[in-house]
Amino acid sequence: MPVGAASWSFTEDDFGAITQSLNRFLYESGARCALLVDRSGQLVATVGEQPKFDPTAFATLTAADFSANDQLAKLIGESDFNSLFHQGERESMYLADVARRVILVVLFDNRTTLGLVRLKMKLTVEELTHLFQQVFARPTHAQGGAPGLLAGADDEIDKLFQ
Amino acid sequence: MSMINYASREINCKIVYYGSGLGGKTTNLEIVYGKVQPDTRGKLISLATETERTLFFDFLPVDLGTIRGFKTRFHLYTVPGQVYYNASRKLILKGVDGIVFVADSQVERMEANQEAMQNLYDNMAEYGYDLTKMPFVLQYNKRDLPNAAPLADMQAALNPGWEITDPAKQRVSPDPTHAGENLIEPLPTGEWIERAQYYEAVAVTGDGVFETLRGISKLVLKALA
Repeated sequence: MPVGAASWSFTEDDFGAITQSLNRFLYESGARCALLVDRSGQLVATVGEQPKFDPTAFATLTAADFSANDQLAKLIGESDFNSLFHQGERESMYLADVARRVILVVLFDNRTTLGLVRLKMKLTVEELTHLFQQVFARPTHAQGGAPGLLAGADDEIDKLFQ
Repeated sequence: MSMINYASREINCKIVYYGSGLGGKTTNLEIVYGKVQPDTRGKLISLATETERTLFFDFLPVDLGTIRGFKTRFHLYTVPGQVYYNASRKLILKGVDGIVFVADSQVERMEANQEAMQNLYDNMAEYGYDLTKMPFVLQYNKRDLPNAAPLADMQAALNPGWEITDPAKQRVSPDPTHAGENLIEPLPTGEWIERAQYYEAVAVTGDGVFETLRGISKLVLKALA
């Protein structure tokens, strides 16, 4: 696989473990919804109340927001900001870095408080960091692991574009 | 950085349209948005200035079909054309799987094209990505204009090829989209070079837009195979 296209995959077991951890977090914190977004802007998972907005667009903007803030951090002499908070009149969001590759976004409203969300999020971020480190440590096709999902699918790919 | 999501059975890939200002990058996305079935695309997001110049990026997700039971979702991004916004240009390249370089064919934009190409190489290198080893195509846009430079000049300036030293790769490889031309071939001097695929386009009318998208998407999927 070419440099710059390091792929990663995400199994149903990973999804199960992540969902479990996030459901517990939502229950304990009173937040409405949690989304996981990878740093390149792709939505990995949504747990809790299904958002009414377009989650794909939301994921892209979240990654851009986080990346822009990373650069702002560097300009003021910090290596990064590992969390961000956006406060609205009714809805607020809290974003936190997970394993340097994924962003956890939590949406919450007036039924809970920033303090509680923050407190409960700390433990969840630790859990998720551990989980994602395992996901990323898994050998990919490029590193000599199992053959890729699309191995030998050249004909099918050609057909897709006919 | 493509992501295969076994839980939602999706393959997600990121394609970035790069190039100098006013070259037609945003137009490419607008044409794709306007012409594909609404159920196969998401919202077109534009972070632009009041004068419609891209400030941060434009974004459009499209589904290109199913392979082995997995939906192929491509996230198309453009970068700001102006060098002034280089910091945000660089951010968009993070995790990119394929690049389309949109060049403005007008003779007087040649220098701006070359600067943007150099800037692309530099920004990619900062992430440790090697443009010669990943899916990469060029689109020569605005071919309908009277002041468009000849294709040979565009190729010489923007796609002269990179040297291939690996003897295993030194085999003539024809260009699938241009009969009689090769992507890999030896030069008269004996050294072997490889060029990126290129497409001619008039993005405002839609000509060449889908050919380019198909070309890059295919390369990205084949890189995963």
